[in-house]
Parts: sequence; structure tokens; C-alpha cells
Amino acid sequence: MRYRLVARERASRPMMLAAPFIALGLTCLASLILFAALGKPAGAALHALLLRPFLSWYSFTEVLLKMAPLLIIAQGLAIGFRANVFNIGAEGQFIIGAICASALPVWYPMGGVPFMWPLMVVMGALGGMAYALVAAGLRTRFGASEILVTLMMSLIAIQILNYLLLGPWKDPMGFNFPQSVMFPRDAILPTLFAGARTNVSLYFALVASALAWVMMRHHFQGYQLQVGGMAPRAATYAGFDKRRAVWISLALGGIAAGIAGASEVAGPMGQLQRSVSSGYGYAAIIVAYVGGLNPIGIVASSFLISVVYIGGDAATVSAGLPVAATQVFQGMLLVFYLICLTFIRYRIEQVPGVAVRA
Amino acid sequence: MSIIAFLLAGTLAAALPLLLAALGEMVVEKTGLLNLGIEGMMAIGAAVAFILVFQTGSHSLGFAGGAVAGLVLSMVFAFLVITLKVNEVAAGLALSVLGLGLSALFGKSFESLTVSGLPRLGLPGLSQIPLVGPTLLTQDILVWLAIPFTVALGYVLTRTKPGLVIQAVGENASVARSIGYNVAAIRFAAVGFGGAMAGLGGAYASTVYTPLWADGMIAGRGWIALALVVFGTWKTGRIAFGALLFGVLSLGELMAQATGVNLPSQLLTSLPYVVTILMLVVISRRKGPLAA
Repeated sequence: MRYRLVARERASRPMMLAAPFIALGLTCLASLILFAALGKPAGAALHALLLRPFLSWYSFTEVLLKMAPLLIIAQGLAIGFRANVFNIGAEGQFIIGAICASALPVWYPMGGVPFMWPLMVVMGALGGMAYALVAAGLRTRFGASEILVTLMMSLIAIQILNYLLLGPWKDPMGFNFPQSVMFPRDAILPTLFAGARTNVSLYFALVASALAWVMMRHHFQGYQLQVGGMAPRAATYAGFDKRRAVWISLALGGIAAGIAGASEVAGPMGQLQRSVSSGYGYAAIIVAYVGGLNPIGIVASSFLISVVYIGGDAATVSAGLPVAATQVFQGMLLVFYLICLTFIRYRIEQVPGVAVRA
Repeated sequence: MSIIAFLLAGTLAAALPLLLAALGEMVVEKTGLLNLGIEGMMAIGAAVAFILVFQTGSHSLGFAGGAVAGLVLSMVFAFLVITLKVNEVAAGLALSVLGLGLSALFGKSFESLTVSGLPRLGLPGLSQIPLVGPTLLTQDILVWLAIPFTVALGYVLTRTKPGLVIQAVGENASVARSIGYNVAAIRFAAVGFGGAMAGLGGAYASTVYTPLWADGMIAGRGWIALALVVFGTWKTGRIAFGALLFGVLSLGELMAQATGVNLPSQLLTSLPYVVTILMLVVISRRKGPLAA
């Protein structure tokens, strides 16, 4: 007996909302089995991953700190993903944003530049955007796949970072460590709560989320991008311009990643380091999809993934899990979510008895 | 050892993990799919192979286990993308993240342990030739096997019926389907082949090339393999040439670091990526398989 998937005319809204929770449930179940199979205390591990971050005010503020870059990058990327523009190089745009923002404190290590940290954020945004737009140019001019170009450019960005930190930007007093000078106080983002590292970048991310929501809901370009992704033919009839979608998607994705990069060096790091991005650019892709490419859903998914990050740190101590457990969790979450999504978008139909090859 | 001798001896081994993964991914892409999970499949293959070789001492078992691990992960990709029609970019990246995570999880208790590599075999009679004999012409068994394998794969893909069917599926799936080919099954097989090759490449990297387990030891080789397929314009011979070139560059980076040459090694490391972007531009103008 053969089966095939038939697209539903309308995906059910309650199911769309339920999908991430079903995926989360399945991921927890699979993690329990996996951790137990590896001889780890599975219950304790899951408890640490999902609940520990809520058990103290400090760890909760750490979740919010982690959430800011994931949220802003994912909002930027989702705009492109909705229009079928696949910028998978947010990692590189993040690094370039961090580098551009660091230029200011590296050149003026004593500070004293007016509006120093706001200027750094702007420089990061511009750097990230410029870097992403290379892919837009190559895509619109030559048809080069933005998937591969942005991926390659991420790998190049890491080398640029290494070059700067091992060479011209290395802190002369830094005992030869590959890192820049520590930034002066006016190059650091203001924090939100006393005694916590959460900073104003959380506001940037929330504002970006609101903008993304407005853009998707009301703005014509948002509509165009949405149409382009979901029904290309209809979009062409409506005068939709794929080139413009490519430029806008990559520009916004680059700006968002650049701001996140700037906020990281001007925030918890306080200097430019090799480990400036612990894979935020890739994790944000997962955040964007698990959030259903919806601005509100992404707020929730970025919070969830941040909880798992902070919980993962706790689990290394309490359950002897390596930090990689959070990666496994993220990967499984996206796999299960994508599976759920298929069953929401399609229904399974039995192919009638005739010997038709599918 | 002189620099030339070092390069002659090491290039083939440095190129092999890239070559294996890229040849596998080439077949996948020829059927019209893009598997961004290669990095994860190499990583899981590397971890499983290292653990097997460490526990049993058998390299054959390690290679087989690595290939199977890559195959299993690639079947998840195939199921998502072919059966469930999931977006291939999202699915591929999810599996890369998952594979990297699993490899770190499995490898955790083997951190910094070593296994013995494979003996290097000289070609009978030829290994006496000065300079190239003991270096270029003395390699381990997998390198020797990879050469005829690459030639055979190129032959199968261009000169035989299965090769042409794969080509047809990639170029026009609906036509291939209407002639009566089972497109889904062919794609499943191609993805499985790609996954197994990536796993084997990872296994070689962790048990022969640098027979030491360190988290993150695949270090982007999967992404390089993706670049290599584009660089080689989906042709076996050019991919093999590209693998050698990328391999030499990775050694050049080591050398620049070791000898303190003034040329920034980061430039050498970036070169393959820059060239790949240029190749993409050139190919896309002539409409390669990925131009959309």
C-alpha cells in the first residue's frame, strides 16, 4: 500500500501553535532516553536543562542576556526565510559586526569618544549589513546561491577575526593571548539590573521583534516577502520583485547579526575575543524555524533556546553532561519541529490501488 | 624533513577526508538535493570510528562504524527532505548541529586519548626513488584505495546507466519519474551514499590523519567539502584536484605557523573559500545545478 502527502488547503491554527510544544515534548523524551543510554542521570540532566535557569534570579538574568543576540538575529533571518532567501551566514555577519564595533575602542582604548557605545552598535550594524550585501549582490547579479556564499563568507570572517587578534589588534599587554585590549567603560552597554550582566541589547532585540511584527503584518514589503516565500506565482502576478526581496532580506539579516555582534563585545565580553560567537549565528537559524518564522513565535523560541543554553551550563556541573548536550537538544528540537510541521501542512492520503510510481 | 618532503608526504592524507566527503556530497547534489548536514555526519563518523578503534584496535571496524554512523544520520535527512518534504536548508543545518553535538557527547570520555594510525605502505619498487619514493609514494592503505575508487566513481557517473539515471533525476525529476524511475528511492540511495562517505571521511580524519580525539576535531571539513563540490563543478576529477589543493593549503597553514613565515596563514586558509565564491559566480552564470 502506498501513501502520499497532500497539501492541506488551510493549516490549522491551533496545531501550528501546538507544534513547538509537541516538538519540545518529543525532544525531552528523546533526550531522556539518550542520556540514560549514555549512563548519565537523565532526570537530573533534564531538570538542569529546563528548570535550573528559573531557580535563581541571577541565572534568569543570564537567560535574558543569552536571549538578546539569539532573538535579534533570528528576527532578521526569519524575514529572509519567509521570502525563501536563505542567509545561513549570520555567524559571519555577527563576527564582522563585532569586529567593526571593536574598531572604536581598539583605536581609542582610553575612551572619551562621544556616544561611544551607541556609535559602536551603529558600526556593527553597518558592518554586518555590508558583509551580507556581498551575497545579495552576487545573487542578484550572477545568480550565485546565497546559501553557499553566506556560508563561505562565515568561514572567511573567522579567518579575518583570527588575523586581527593574532596580529594588529592583539593586546600588547595581553600576555600574547589572541584578544584585544579591554574596552573602556564608555564602550560598554549599560546594564539593566544591578548585579546582573543583562544589558540594553535586550531592548534592541525586543524593538526589532516589534518592528518585524509590524513589518509582517502591515507593511507592504513584508507582505511581498511573505507572498514570495509561500506562493511564488501569485507573487509574480502581484508585481513582486525577487531581487528586492534578496537585497532587503540580506540587509536586514546582516544589520540584526551585526548589532548582536557589537552588543556581545560591548556587553558581556568587554573586548574582542576569538570565541566572540559561540555559534549564535547557527543557533539563531534554529530559533527562527522553531518560532515558526513568526515574530511572536520567535520571541518564545529564543527564550526557550536561551533557557537550554544556561541550563546546559548547569547540567555540566550537576549531571556531568558536556556542553554539547545543548547542541544535541537544539538539533533534535528542530528535527522534531520540522516533522510536526509536515503533518500540519499536509495530510497523508492512501494512493488508490492502481500501480502508480510515486 | 624539508618543506617539500613534508608537503609530498602529507598532502594526500590531508586531502582524503575532504575528498571522500565531497565525492559523496557530489552524488547527492547530482540528484538535485543539497545536504548541509555533511559537517555533522563527518563529526559523528569521526567520533564513532575513534571509539571503535580505541576499544577494539581494528581500523576496519572503525571505518565501517564511521560510515554506518554517517549513513544513519543521512537517513534522517533523507526521511525529512524526501519523504516529509521538509525544507532542505533547515533539515541539513539541524543535522549538522545534531551531529556535532552527538559527536561531542559520545567522545566526551575519550578526550585527548590517542590510537595508533595506519602503517604507510610504499609502492613496491618505486619507494626507492629519491625524494618522492619515501614521501609521495608511501601512503596508507586508504589513500591507495581512494585513487582507483575516485576513478571508478567518475566512470560510473558519466559512462554507465546508473550514472545517467542519477543525472536525469537531478536535471528533471518529473521527467525521470514519468519514464518510470523511482525518484525518491534514487535520492534516498544518493543521500545514504553521501552520508556514508562523509562518515568515512570523518573516520579517516580521527583515526588516521590525526589519531587523537579532541572535541571539534572535524573543524569545518564538512563545510569545506561543500565548497569543494562547487569548486569542482560537480566533476570527479576536478573535485579530486580541488581536494589536493585545499589539502596543500591546510598544510601550508600549519607550516606558516610552525616556521613563523610573515605571510598571514589566515590568508592561505581563506583562499579556498574565496575561490569557491568566485567559482560560484562563474558557474551560476552558466547555470549550474544550484542556480535558481
